[in-house]
Amino acid sequence: MSGQIPLLIVGRLAIAAVTLLIISFAVFAAAQMLPGDVAEILLGQAATPQAVADLRAAMDLDSPALLRYANWLAGLATGDFGMSYVNRMPVAELISGRLANTLLLAATTTLIAVPVALLLGITTAMNQGSLYDRVITTGIISVISVPEFMIATLAVLIFAVWLKWLPALSLANEIHGLGDLLRVFAMPVITLSFVISAQMIRMTRAAVIETLKMPFIEMAVLKGASRGRIVLRHALPNAIGPIANAVALSLSYLLGGVIIVETIFNYPGVAKLMVDAVSTRDLPLIQSCAMLFCFGFLILTTCADVIAILANPRLRT
Amino acid sequence: MTNQIRGTSRFGLRMNAVGIAALLIMLFWAIMALIGPMLAPHPPGDIIDFDYFGPISAELWLGSDYLGRDIFSRILLGARYTVGISLGAVCIACFSGVVLGMTAAAIGGWFDSALSRFLDALNSIPSKLFGLVVVAAVGSSIPVLVILLAVIYTPGAYRFARALSVNANAMDYIAVARARGERTLYIIVQEILPNITGPVLADLGLRFVFIVLLLSGLSFLGLGVQPPEADWGSLVRENLGGLPFAAPAVIAPCFAIASLTISVNLLIDNLPVRIRDRS
Amino acid sequence: MMRQPLIEIRDLEVEARTDAGRTIRIIKGISLSVAPGEILALIGESGSGKTTTALTLMGYTRPGCAITGGAVLLDGRDILTMSEQERRRLRGTEIAYVPQSAAAAFNPARRLIDQVVEVADIHKLMPRDEARSRAMALFRTLALPDPDRIGERYPHQVSGGQLQRLAAAMALIGGPRLMIFDEPTTALDVTTQIEVLRAFKDVLRQDAMAGVYVSHDLAVVAQIADRIAVLKDGAVQEEGLTEDILYRPSHAYTRELLAAFEPVAYAATTPAAAAKTTPRRPPVLEVKGILAGYGPRDRAGLPGKTVLLDVSCQVERGRNLGIIGESGSGKSTLARVMAGLLSPARGQVLLDGRELEPLAANRRKEELRRMQIVFQLADTALNPARSVDDILSRPLTFYHGMSGAARETRVRDLLDMVKLPVALRHRMPGELSGGQKQRVNLARALAAEPDVILCDEITSALDTVVAAAILELLKELQRELRLSYVFISHDLSTVQAICDDVMVMRHGERVELLANAALPHGARHPYSRLLFASVPRLDPGWLDSLPIEITQADRDNPISETSS
Repeated sequence: MSGQIPLLIVGRLAIAAVTLLIISFAVFAAAQMLPGDVAEILLGQAATPQAVADLRAAMDLDSPALLRYANWLAGLATGDFGMSYVNRMPVAELISGRLANTLLLAATTTLIAVPVALLLGITTAMNQGSLYDRVITTGIISVISVPEFMIATLAVLIFAVWLKWLPALSLANEIHGLGDLLRVFAMPVITLSFVISAQMIRMTRAAVIETLKMPFIEMAVLKGASRGRIVLRHALPNAIGPIANAVALSLSYLLGGVIIVETIFNYPGVAKLMVDAVSTRDLPLIQSCAMLFCFGFLILTTCADVIAILANPRLRT
Repeated sequence: MTNQIRGTSRFGLRMNAVGIAALLIMLFWAIMALIGPMLAPHPPGDIIDFDYFGPISAELWLGSDYLGRDIFSRILLGARYTVGISLGAVCIACFSGVVLGMTAAAIGGWFDSALSRFLDALNSIPSKLFGLVVVAAVGSSIPVLVILLAVIYTPGAYRFARALSVNANAMDYIAVARARGERTLYIIVQEILPNITGPVLADLGLRFVFIVLLLSGLSFLGLGVQPPEADWGSLVRENLGGLPFAAPAVIAPCFAIASLTISVNLLIDNLPVRIRDRS
Repeated sequence: MMRQPLIEIRDLEVEARTDAGRTIRIIKGISLSVAPGEILALIGESGSGKTTTALTLMGYTRPGCAITGGAVLLDGRDILTMSEQERRRLRGTEIAYVPQSAAAAFNPARRLIDQVVEVADIHKLMPRDEARSRAMALFRTLALPDPDRIGERYPHQVSGGQLQRLAAAMALIGGPRLMIFDEPTTALDVTTQIEVLRAFKDVLRQDAMAGVYVSHDLAVVAQIADRIAVLKDGAVQEEGLTEDILYRPSHAYTRELLAAFEPVAYAATTPAAAAKTTPRRPPVLEVKGILAGYGPRDRAGLPGKTVLLDVSCQVERGRNLGIIGESGSGKSTLARVMAGLLSPARGQVLLDGRELEPLAANRRKEELRRMQIVFQLADTALNPARSVDDILSRPLTFYHGMSGAARETRVRDLLDMVKLPVALRHRMPGELSGGQKQRVNLARALAAEPDVILCDEITSALDTVVAAAILELLKELQRELRLSYVFISHDLSTVQAICDDVMVMRHGERVELLANAALPHGARHPYSRLLFASVPRLDPGWLDSLPIEITQADRDNPISETSS
């Protein structure tokens, strides 16, 4: 391998680290440094000046913002995510209880969405302009253009109200066995898969179409290569970078989709925890959840970039 | 090719059927946003029917909501919030993005690197997430929403405008202007800007769709427009209970959102093509 | 006795769809034939339909085009009526294609050898090992360096000339009966071009292969073709044996092409003798000891990538300096240094004896006004969002503070000067042809009323006929306005037509300075001699008569000159 590659990868990781730092600052700034007195809001009706002052002292809100930021950052690095304002429990405990559920949801969606999307994305690009392509593209644009909750609502309408195959809302405390689990789980997964697949198909298709426009593709045609051979041996190896990018970016939409889906289906995951925390202004919980999600997103995009670097033929030998 | 209409060839433009349909829908909502509530068949706050989640009827064109109010009128009122807030936010976002992007491309150096790095990092924060954090901290009044949405989507507009400007910068006509002795400001405004206006407007349209979707999402979670005001996302939220009954009250606002976003998307994909027969 | 043609085109009609949706005929009833072992050249300017015609020999059209009539008969069978599968079987095995830009034709993600033998793989012609040894034998025939190992490299690791020959090997591996060469040497330097042409000729002669050679360069084609067909606007203007076309052309268009090809007569506008008697004036433009490059500067102030190493030259008032060199010689960089677009690490630029600030932003307006630059690609040199009127008015306002009616009149004068109809004022650059755009480019430079105009390869992207017209215009303007030109080009005949002194550059250094009268045989430096000897002449026997040393001066090292 060329000596450039390790250097490029290290560089990419360094950029990811810097980005994470900037994000942490933005999240902290958004949560803690905007106008609005947290202590007052938390106390609500009981916000006498004395109570507010006491709470501010207890929450250490009077120290300078940058100091608080540094403390928080140090805490994150060592695994101390702070205490939830509302639940009086360490945030880490709250999150870890629910993290598995969200990851399960995300993993299942990925397992379904990625193969489907790659298949459809590549086949539509190969047959660009055909009826097959136009039907699928129209479907995709419809799904992408509408809010996720609309897909969820339509899914509930179709599968629960009209077909009556699945329960309308997933009530996690009523699970009595694998069959129940699947039924409860199915709707969120279906909704999410639709949304994510649509994004992924669109971007994969675009990446493959771009690659098919390259001049060496015409040369392959003039050598008498069949369409399948052209796509598999010529186009795809060059499209790996953009496709990896497409997959990573689409998976990052999972982060947004999961928030809606967990809320609408009452699914006990980290995203629902976070949404609930917003109305109670539980800032430490919110900050930590936010950093967790951002960290996940950064891992995805960094992996995609590293794959693109490794797949770049100009860096070989 | 899609069917072409003998379009307005006075301007040397031609649009196909899909593009024209999309444009009409957009115009419809724009007008409704302005004068909708005045045209509403029933005052949006009034309880008309004691039968909540009622079906479509001659009197209530889209049925009644969870309190018995006319959904159609509420949607017309909601248009004002959805379209208004989104339009305000997207204009601020694109304006800031373009100004920053062009400046960064023109100045270059550390200013460009630092700003790009910073805005790229901001771009890495999933939009709903950032929305949640800010609303948790500051609440969700309308001005806050507008600014929040603008801030979330400025980095994308910046990146796009900067890429266009950098591309334009590499062109020889910029080198000619520099060799002539033109100042940077002249080059930005007179040479680069006219060339990027088209793509920037298309980007504005796309960004508008993103903002409408995000705003609706936030309102759906109860974190956007707060009662008694209601945009389309809030309408879905308050009527969610009607879902098991397949009430039109839940579905109608969804379709309103969809009609707006899909028509903007379609319009951008089918923009009028200037007829120029340079074979 | 008429031999049965190997391949025959009869009454071919091809249509294309424009942006606006209209269909236009781009090939209007062409009929041609190629006998076995014969090489037919298709000559024409851009837009004449030569590539399109060549591609139809394989039954292929580019997206947006469709064959609407006629027949292409290979051994009597019409290719156009075959199924797509049958056509695929022909490509690479019976008919093979060598593309114009080999760099674009190779997949950057796969090794060269894999792509060269791919035809054997696709059509199951022979086992892999046999294909590989055949490939290496072809590499040897085509005079590629290191033939046994060059296939292991990736496309970006070999030079342009090598890539072109590899593309030929890729086409030959299937043992085709007909080879189609689509302007294969257009993108190469003249010195590289000879090696490649020689290699092609050897390989074609060896197997007595038939070929179709597409080009716009008559001299190149004269070396290699048995018969020539002249195309214009999608129709054949004239066709015949090479000798007949070159020496006894009958069609007016053929004669026009030949005329554009002949070196334009050089006539000094300011005779050297007269210049000696006028009082000693400093040269209008002079550069001394320029060292310049790109990339961040190191501690000594030297740029990361040095392009110019100590270059000096001068331009006398009323006379022209030509700068000639191949790609990588630094000639365009020198123009940018002169114009103030690139700051040199060492050296000075002097205008009328006074030193100029390195960067244009720091120079005085008067100084900037007196030196103007015109670029090669008029497409990117004219702002597509501004009308011609705007483009020409700006320098008038900027330099002379003109406005209103006076400015309008001046714009009209400028358009007259460059022989453009005044009605063009309100057009946008996208609506003009290449030649028209270049004239507007010139007019913009003239608007400033400069003393020196830097012409950076301004005719290189134009068709020969159009380019000749531009050169005429330049000479006329010089006579009227007492201008001086710095004329940069890679093409000797253009430089010879217009420049009083010629500087040869190579790898950022000045190799030799020649007066026009000494061109081309008076050159003394070996590189200059090589360069001038490499320019193809209209004599069909020229290539064969070149000494072998010239064609084997292997500048092509396997790992070098690949970064552009």
